[in-house]
Amino acid sequence: MELTRRQMLVTSSAAIASLAGLPAFASATDDLIAELTGGASLGEGAITLGTPEIAENGNTVPVEVACPGAKSITLYADGNPVPNVATINFGPLNPTKSASTRIRLARTQNVVAVAQMEDGSWQMAKSEVKVTIGGCGG
Amino acid sequence: MAKGVKPRVKVPKSASAGETITIKSLISHKMESGQRKDKEGNVIPRSIINRFVVDFNGQNVIDVTLEPAISTNPYFQFDAVVPEAGEFKFTWYDDDGSVYETSKSIEVN
Repeated sequence: MELTRRQMLVTSSAAIASLAGLPAFASATDDLIAELTGGASLGEGAITLGTPEIAENGNTVPVEVACPGAKSITLYADGNPVPNVATINFGPLNPTKSASTRIRLARTQNVVAVAQMEDGSWQMAKSEVKVTIGGCGG
Repeated sequence: MAKGVKPRVKVPKSASAGETITIKSLISHKMESGQRKDKEGNVIPRSIINRFVVDFNGQNVIDVTLEPAISTNPYFQFDAVVPEAGEFKFTWYDDDGSVYETSKSIEVN
């Protein structure tokens, strides 16, 4: 097949468009989430993720997460050197499926919660935290 | 065993049967992330608590896997339902193999 100039333009622009279609942060976090869920689709709305809007000290950022009907919740921080934060598995004696803890954030970033529900479906919530002083040493 | 590890938990002394109570737990631990460097530029090796489990009379309440992104002196607050009088058992697992345990009993009135 002979490549004409017109075909060349069409194929190359298609290639560029597909590149631009990728999210800007096709990051380690997304890979980890895909690994966790096995590529299942993520619903939204069931998780309540409470984070401060601005954290002055990235060493201790209070995080609150609740998801009625969840079996487990996994937390990620997408701007940390290692995005994993914690995995919380709820036992039969936990009625509210909620927990709060304190985490380290290296810089301004999103905190992501992914929950596996009792019916096997997945839920996600994301919240941005602005960090004044990072919390991972240097 | 890491130095100065002291677990502290707050559980109400009594509850009515089937009541939902809030439990707070804290353990003093430096949670060295493995990301920091000392003055000579050597990486300080990771030393964290990697798992925290709470059971009530043998039934699980919460089981948390901790990563280095959990702050120094890991703190957790969560809810539990109390079906009968008994004992909450808290267990923390350290990277170095140590296990820290504490328990609190609760009465039902």
